[in-house]
Amino acid sequence: MIVAEGLGKNYTSGGRPLPVLRSLDLEIASEAFVAVVGPSGSGKTTLLGLLAGLDEPSDGRVLLDGEDIFAMTEDGRAEFRVHNVGFVFQTFHLLPTLTALENVLVPIELKGKQVGAREHAEGLLARVGLGARFDHYPAQLSGGEQQRVALARAFANRPKILFADEPTGNLDRDTGASIVEMLEELNQEARTTLVLVTHDLALAERADRIVSLAEGRIASDRPGRDSARPIAVGT
Amino acid sequence: MNAPLRIGFAFRLALRESRHGFRRVGVYMVSITLGVAALVSIHSFRDDFARSVQEEADVLMGANARLSDDKPFGEEITGVIDSLEAAGVPAARVTTASTMVLAPTTGTVRLLQVRALDPGYPFYGVVTTSPAGRWGAHLEDGRVLVDPAVLTQFGVEVGDTLVIGLTRLEIAATVDDLPTDVAFQTAIGPRVHVSQATLDRSELLGFGSLARYEVFLKLPEVADRRAIRDRYGDVFSEARVGYRLAEEQAQSLANGVRFLGRFLALVGLAALLLGGVGVASAIHVYIREKRPGIAVLRCIGAGQGTAFLAYLLQAAWLGLFGAGAGVIVGVGLQKVMPWALAGILPVDVTTRFSLGSAAAGLGIGLWVAVVFALIPLLEVRDVPPLAALRQDFEAPRKRFDPLRITAYGLLAASVLLLCALEAPEPELGLGFAVALAVAAGLITVVGRALMGLTRRYFPTGASYPVRQGVSNLFRPHNQTISVTLALGFGAFVIGTIVQVEANIREDLTLSFGSGQPNLLFFDIQTDQIEGVRALLPEATRADADVTPIVTARIASINGRTPDDLRANSDRDARPESWALRREYRSTYRERLGGGERVVAGRWWDGDQNTEGGSNVGRREWSGISLEEGVAGSLRVDVGDTIVWTVTGVEIGTIVQSLRTVDWNRLEPNFFAIFEPGVLETAPQNIVMVARVEDAEERARVQRSLVGAFPNVSALDFSRVQEAIDAVLSRVRQAVAFLGAFSALAGIIVLIGAIATSRMQRLREGALLKTLGARRSQILTVLFSEYLALGSIATASGLVLAIAASAIVVPQVFEMDYTLRLGAVSMIWLVVVSLTVVVGLIGSRDLLRRPPLPVLREAPE
Ligand SMILES: Nc1ncnc2c1ncn2[C@@H]1O[C@H](COP(=O)(O)OP(=O)(O)O)[C@@H](O)[C@H]1O
Ligand SMILES: [Mg+2]
Repeated sequence: MIVAEGLGKNYTSGGRPLPVLRSLDLEIASEAFVAVVGPSGSGKTTLLGLLAGLDEPSDGRVLLDGEDIFAMTEDGRAEFRVHNVGFVFQTFHLLPTLTALENVLVPIELKGKQVGAREHAEGLLARVGLGARFDHYPAQLSGGEQQRVALARAFANRPKILFADEPTGNLDRDTGASIVEMLEELNQEARTTLVLVTHDLALAERADRIVSLAEGRIASDRPGRDSARPIAVGT
Repeated sequence: MNAPLRIGFAFRLALRESRHGFRRVGVYMVSITLGVAALVSIHSFRDDFARSVQEEADVLMGANARLSDDKPFGEEITGVIDSLEAAGVPAARVTTASTMVLAPTTGTVRLLQVRALDPGYPFYGVVTTSPAGRWGAHLEDGRVLVDPAVLTQFGVEVGDTLVIGLTRLEIAATVDDLPTDVAFQTAIGPRVHVSQATLDRSELLGFGSLARYEVFLKLPEVADRRAIRDRYGDVFSEARVGYRLAEEQAQSLANGVRFLGRFLALVGLAALLLGGVGVASAIHVYIREKRPGIAVLRCIGAGQGTAFLAYLLQAAWLGLFGAGAGVIVGVGLQKVMPWALAGILPVDVTTRFSLGSAAAGLGIGLWVAVVFALIPLLEVRDVPPLAALRQDFEAPRKRFDPLRITAYGLLAASVLLLCALEAPEPELGLGFAVALAVAAGLITVVGRALMGLTRRYFPTGASYPVRQGVSNLFRPHNQTISVTLALGFGAFVIGTIVQVEANIREDLTLSFGSGQPNLLFFDIQTDQIEGVRALLPEATRADADVTPIVTARIASINGRTPDDLRANSDRDARPESWALRREYRSTYRERLGGGERVVAGRWWDGDQNTEGGSNVGRREWSGISLEEGVAGSLRVDVGDTIVWTVTGVEIGTIVQSLRTVDWNRLEPNFFAIFEPGVLETAPQNIVMVARVEDAEERARVQRSLVGAFPNVSALDFSRVQEAIDAVLSRVRQAVAFLGAFSALAGIIVLIGAIATSRMQRLREGALLKTLGARRSQILTVLFSEYLALGSIATASGLVLAIAASAIVVPQVFEMDYTLRLGAVSMIWLVVVSLTVVVGLIGSRDLLRRPPLPVLREAPE
């Protein structure tokens, strides 16, 4: 369960405050799949960063599973993420010096020693179709393959919430579609709350719910057309 | 909730990451390797040397103990020696004097050291001669053994004759290895070895002749040597005779080398610290490149501390690797050193692995790597997780960051501590650290200024590749400043040495030049003055300057004896011991010398009664003039009284004036000058200086001296100049080695910088190629870049070197400074060529590799 209350974010540009998000209220139910859409510069990434506790808001607060994340210290938020949050980025952001398998192991090992960690990571890689590429470095993988490793990594710590910022932005259409498909499947299996930022409306239609942003406000909030699941809105 | 430090995770990540880091940052760690290798080899070899010298102590002295004096032993001492010999202690007298030696076959005359030896000496060690087995021949009548250099200097062979004083001696053999020789003794000049009887017959020694008298004792039992000191110590010190044990001599020899070793260790340390600067700059670039990865780690939930620790561990791991390699190289060097220095070392040095030195080297190397890496590593903490979402996001930097300040403090403290520990004395180490910091700071400032000027004034009309190459210097993370610092430091050291040496050499040539005396006679007896003068060519006789020398000791100052004065507990009022006890070789004369100036009181011809204290003008006391410095050491001023003992007679004097003396002038200079009228009748010994223009004439004068006045020696200043030139060359070679070492450290930092920025360069090169650049154009870019980098770095160092020598030459050596542009340009040329060559070799991938794979491997 994600709750944003009166969330505002200003940047100062040229000495004047530039409002990017204006007093935004949003509730996302557990296990929901929400797409955030909007034109470039509308504040999608800013919103995602705030929901994940990567940046501090100018106004308002964010509750993740009832905990006010900005009441925590920065390291406190990091610790919260270790246990509860996963990420997928537009530019994949695999650690170039680690193999595919080691990249997937990072979040697991951050949680501390766990039995069966390696098997779990190998299972995830096999699940995204890279069973034969454990020891390959990111530079040896195509963009789509890298993003699949990133998907496996995102699910490795069994997060409750998964944030994805334009995960298909750097991929061609078909590859992008297969990544979102995979993301959806994994999400359903792991019963994760998924917040997907994209400017590709066709992809967004796969979500249970589509929130569109314009000039830092919610312009519309509607169910996704292709969604197989019932809309899960509200408390 | 707070994020725990996940040490296990940090370790695993560090280990995995460093597989890659090794290739790139690893090169940087070689600069740590160089410094550590120097430290380990110097430390270990220092220990090896001290141990070997101690093991060979008896051989080095040729005996177990030695008595020595610079005048013939008095009755008490001869009595002690006689009673020791009567008790069965083997004793051997050795008398050493400088004298003129003539080779009649070639007509050559040289000032040599003559050593007269008793049978038995040396009691330990084996002397090798050629022909072999001839040690002992010097004890035979009419024979002499000589150092090999004597043969070459005189152009004679074994079997030829040498005239020494009134004796004619046949060269029986050369002494190739005398185990008692320490390198610098032979540097003083070659020696000839004769018997005591030969020395007596030659009549070399007159009254007051400069000579050294020694008695060597064979006392295998340590207790016996100590017992002699306990029993006769008072007699020895009363007679001012030195008593030294073999182990003490070895100890001071080892101390000397240890002192030297510590200076060398400072140079090694400087190289290590330069390496540290390189490490800091490499880590900075490394962390910059790791930013996205670090941001992702923070997104996934790694705390600031965990991320920092992961990279700190990598730096430590690499530092350990670099230092470990340094230890291995250092131990290797340690093994090579006795072999490389075989000609210079007085003993055969056996090497032994020194765990202490190796561990210290490893520890120091690791510590320097970590402490320098710490500052850029702190940037890891400042990478915000948001940077994973926005590449260009920079968290605002905290203005006051206690951790950053702590890191800088730790760095400064470490440098100070290491310098203090390595230096011969802590104060020297602190001074060295400060000097190092100032030099580094100034080179950086000058380097920045030169870069600024280049950027501003570089001709815009230059061709594109050249402009591109030069502007590469200003590319962010190009480490231009750290390379400038490292290379510039080397140029600074070499440049300063070359400038100072060239200036000293020039000044020496001047002081031996026209108009200056060039022939000095010493140990002339009073009744020989006119005879020696008569040997000079007619025209020069009148200008020959005669100075009488009288040896005097202080009996009392203002009525208090030296013992009494020394007992004074007030440090500032207590005269310095050396000044109270020394034997003053003084003179008396009417006029003030050319290099002298009265700074207090009046010279004899001034009006005495108007000056100074109450005693001035008491006519029963004669006047004396003291050199300003020695007066300070004696704590006396104008008007104080000093009673002197001159060969048993007491002479009361009043200090009438204080003088400054130009000690650099090649003429006899004195601490104390007596007023004429009191010393004329005292036993004395004369020095005469003259100028004889023609070298052939000078040689003739010296030849005729040998037969006529055996006790008189002559010093030809052109020989002295040759000797000084030779010494200067050696010093320059040694110091130039140190400069080359610093430059090497600089080159390694350069190699590291190229390796660290390899990805960025490859990317750029690939991009240029994709855009259609030809190989030759890329080559021009690279060439311009390294030419500019090398020039700026070298120029920064040389500017400082010129400034430093312009200060040092007049201030320290009191000589005029002139700029040596030729030497400076040579250094510039060499360092710049090295930079360009190393740079091009390091970038050859850029030319060779096709662009596509590069762009794939290194996106962004
Ligand atoms: N650090 C910043 N400083 C100033 N303005 C910023 C900063 N980060 C983002 N912005 C501005 O905020 C607005 C929203 O950006 P963003 O959230 O990245 O939009 P989106 O992800 O929807 O494209 C943009 O106009 C952007 O220029
Ligand atoms: Mg965005």
